[in-house]
Amino acid sequence: MTDANATRPRTRRDAQFDKIRDREAALAGTRQHTARFMSKFLNNRLAVVGFVIFAVICLMSLFAPLIAQHDPMSPNLRAIAKPPSAEHWFGTDKTGRDVFARVLYGGRVSILVGLGSALLSAIIGVIIGVYSGYVGGWLDWIAMRISEIFMSFPQIILVLLLVAILGQSLLNLIVIFTLTGWGGIYRMARARMLSIREEEYVQALRSFGLGPARIAYKHMLPNALGPIMVNITLSTAAFILQEAGLSFLGLGVPLSIPTWGNILNAAQDLRVLEQNWWIWLPVGATISLFVLSVNFIGDGLRDATDPSQQG
Amino acid sequence: MQPNDPILKLRDVQVHFPVKTGVFKRVTGHVRAVDGVDLDVRRGEVLGLVGESGCGKTTLGKAILQLVRATQGTVTYSGEDGETELTSLDDAGLFRFRKRLQIVFQDPHSSLNPAFTIFGSLEDPLRHYGVKTREERRKIVGDLLEAVNMRRESMDRYPHEFSGGQRQRIGIARALSIEPELIVCDEAVSALDVSIQAQVLQLLMELKREKNLTYVFITHDLSVTEYLCDRIAVMYLGKIVELCDAEDLYANTLHPYSQALLSAIPVADLDKKSRRIVLQGDVPSPVNPPSGCPFHPRCRYVVDRCKTEVPELRRFKSAKGEHMAACHLIDQPLAEQPLRTESP
Amino acid sequence: MANEVALTVNGLKTYIYTNNRCNRALDGVSFEIRQGKTLCIVGESGCGKSVTADSIMQLLPTLSRIEDGEITYHGPDGPVRIDQLPRDGAKMRAIRGKEIAMIFQDPMTALNPVYSIGFQIKEMLKYHTGLGRSDRHSKAIDLLRSMGIPLPEKRVNEYPHLYSGGMRQRAMIAIAMSCNPRILIADEPTTALDVTIQAQIFELMDTLKRDHGTAIMLITHDMGVVAELADDVAVMYMGNIVEAGPVGKVLRNPVHPYTRALLESIPVLGRGKDQEIKAIPGQTPDPYNRPKGCQFADRCAYRIGACDQMPDETQVAPDHRVTCWRYEEFAADAAE
Repeated sequence: MTDANATRPRTRRDAQFDKIRDREAALAGTRQHTARFMSKFLNNRLAVVGFVIFAVICLMSLFAPLIAQHDPMSPNLRAIAKPPSAEHWFGTDKTGRDVFARVLYGGRVSILVGLGSALLSAIIGVIIGVYSGYVGGWLDWIAMRISEIFMSFPQIILVLLLVAILGQSLLNLIVIFTLTGWGGIYRMARARMLSIREEEYVQALRSFGLGPARIAYKHMLPNALGPIMVNITLSTAAFILQEAGLSFLGLGVPLSIPTWGNILNAAQDLRVLEQNWWIWLPVGATISLFVLSVNFIGDGLRDATDPSQQG
Repeated sequence: MQPNDPILKLRDVQVHFPVKTGVFKRVTGHVRAVDGVDLDVRRGEVLGLVGESGCGKTTLGKAILQLVRATQGTVTYSGEDGETELTSLDDAGLFRFRKRLQIVFQDPHSSLNPAFTIFGSLEDPLRHYGVKTREERRKIVGDLLEAVNMRRESMDRYPHEFSGGQRQRIGIARALSIEPELIVCDEAVSALDVSIQAQVLQLLMELKREKNLTYVFITHDLSVTEYLCDRIAVMYLGKIVELCDAEDLYANTLHPYSQALLSAIPVADLDKKSRRIVLQGDVPSPVNPPSGCPFHPRCRYVVDRCKTEVPELRRFKSAKGEHMAACHLIDQPLAEQPLRTESP
Repeated sequence: MANEVALTVNGLKTYIYTNNRCNRALDGVSFEIRQGKTLCIVGESGCGKSVTADSIMQLLPTLSRIEDGEITYHGPDGPVRIDQLPRDGAKMRAIRGKEIAMIFQDPMTALNPVYSIGFQIKEMLKYHTGLGRSDRHSKAIDLLRSMGIPLPEKRVNEYPHLYSGGMRQRAMIAIAMSCNPRILIADEPTTALDVTIQAQIFELMDTLKRDHGTAIMLITHDMGVVAELADDVAVMYMGNIVEAGPVGKVLRNPVHPYTRALLESIPVLGRGKDQEIKAIPGQTPDPYNRPKGCQFADRCAYRIGACDQMPDETQVAPDHRVTCWRYEEFAADAAE
């Protein structure tokens, strides 16, 4: 081409640039809607893949009684710690329970805990954060202090406390996660509102005399929704991991109920970890896959809720 | 209601923001953003409000609309139903008057809600003011867009699909949607490219003629003000230092600050190149304004009196009606009375 | 020294590649900057004026490339082809700051808030000159004094937040001028400043030009600034220079329809309320979807069939060139 490139070594980027330039030159003058649509679709491909994985895992858990041929709770003493086979796809655990069935049934509880707590804490956080962030004043001050109290309280101790008082139960876990989790989303919603509040369109709405609730929830919230969505998905993932962690320690859902965490609990035994990989690997992979897919969906949602990114 | 009657009367309007410092947020001073402004806005005129950043022109504009409440002084609106003191009303009481006063903002990028289509942004105020059905609202929004030379169909598109000039026109359409009598244009053309600026200026003038509007045009660009405005108020540190007919300001500049301001403006006309009067130093902080005349530390003509005594706005003789300036050193005032006569 | 050329740009093409699209930001731009003269590049946002400055300084974004053309710096050691130097190589870094300095639009963000003004000036001196520690300190004070900053001995140790906007821009110029560069590139240096402060900065730039013979390339969107400061002017539109020449010729007898329309579209102070301003219809085209041929054709009142092809640059006079098919009619018109 030019001698500019003769002295400067050509890189892979140069080749890429050439391709783009030549394509544009060939298309000059014609408007290309399809190309743009395709690239947009391809950009969201990860979100689509994430959604498919998410849906498959959710549906399989939901229809676990139809899919699983074994009861996840009943031990089978003739098939203890058997490796995967045609009969038991993921093998059996130390009491002879079918791991595949347990993963399916465990998903029901784990997803309920994760998604449920995330949604609940998001609802609380957004309702408080959006309004107090826009209005400010004493309301904002009080909400901020309350959230600080909840966020500064060690979660494990809170769990221990509630487990000691109320006993281990699914509902208690959701309540604890919600109480300790709403602060994060509240703070984010509030921070977004503080910056959106200065935008001129908000000033314009005020000059029309619209009420604060209407401005905050109808006009400002949609602009804060992107990061909130991402936060919900991230906290869903975090709550699932936390549930797994707490159950692994024996503090979460009662051990009798299969959850992903309770299944992993078996891997506390070093012998299981070393010799019976099928007991913990499938459930571990399922958790990772699920969390990953949820995060992909979060990214896709963020792009979708931001109209300026639909270039 | 005569066309030249005041639509708004501002008397001794002050907007002071507290300055809080330290861990305990103690109030250690006040930013005197607007510091005692007396001003009449006449029905049907274009009043320019010019000055440098920090002179309080934007705050004054917001105080007119009650988006910022004045800490002292009154803003009185007079319409068909007599005079109303806006500064004494609460939000509910203001509701009736919001309809008559509107604002167009500077930044075409943040003045429209990115999450809504144009229709979505414009319909809510209409609903708020009693346009019940969706069809009616769509018709009104469509008409408004046509009034600002845009296509009806644009209402279903998102703000990011429009250029800066188009967005500014949509912003104007929004301000017009509830048929106001007075529009505050806060740097409405400053962020636009020069070739687009003229389009918007001409649109504003057309709309004024058609709908019999009154504008308060806030800007730092004196070339635009001279072209557009009937009267110009020059502000410095929260005070009006000169107020007169637009052409008179250029032909017969009285206040030393206005002189320096005018001479500093680069003029795109090689034959009109004048000598720059370069002011030394910066605008003083509005937290600690200088004693006496706020302009005295930078003034070329300063005398001892300027350092102690605050000059009042005085009337001077002019071919174009009244010409007011706040400076001790200008001779021959029309009458020795200050502007403020009826205020307590 | 007055007419010595400091920098030549010839047929420069810079394309920007973002989002898998190609923006032909500069499509064949040629000009020269002379010692002791101010060249104003004027145009609207997106016309490529900042990309021109970034190309010269090799400060282009990663996803961009100089496709064609040459940028030659005529330094004391003979000509240097800037476009051939590696972007961040030692040679380019030695030119940047020492030979060609740049000041930016926003003085609020162009200075690092965690270092004192003095430190930032002294850092430049340390990097580009062999001055000792105490010499650097006194040079920094001298620079601030020459920029008209009061109490430079005290101000030199202060941090940027204690400076006002105008003072920060002066400090920026002090940093840029610290190594006595032969070329100063100013990218909208006063857009963020008030007019009275702008007047101070202009006064300063005029002094630099007069006393140091610095070649100044000033980027602006304001025709008033051009009239005020420029010796030469280049009008840009959508990646091309549509008209260039001495300021007197271009502003008094513009021969490109865009220059004419631009001058007619701005109100001029002192012409009163009755002056006629003519808006330019339409809007600047989408840079990713440019018209074929002359970029201004869609908005031009004098469009003809030939405008579907890009016209060549033509010399109206030895120092006045234009890119338009119908320039002869306008030139005749202007001569009347």
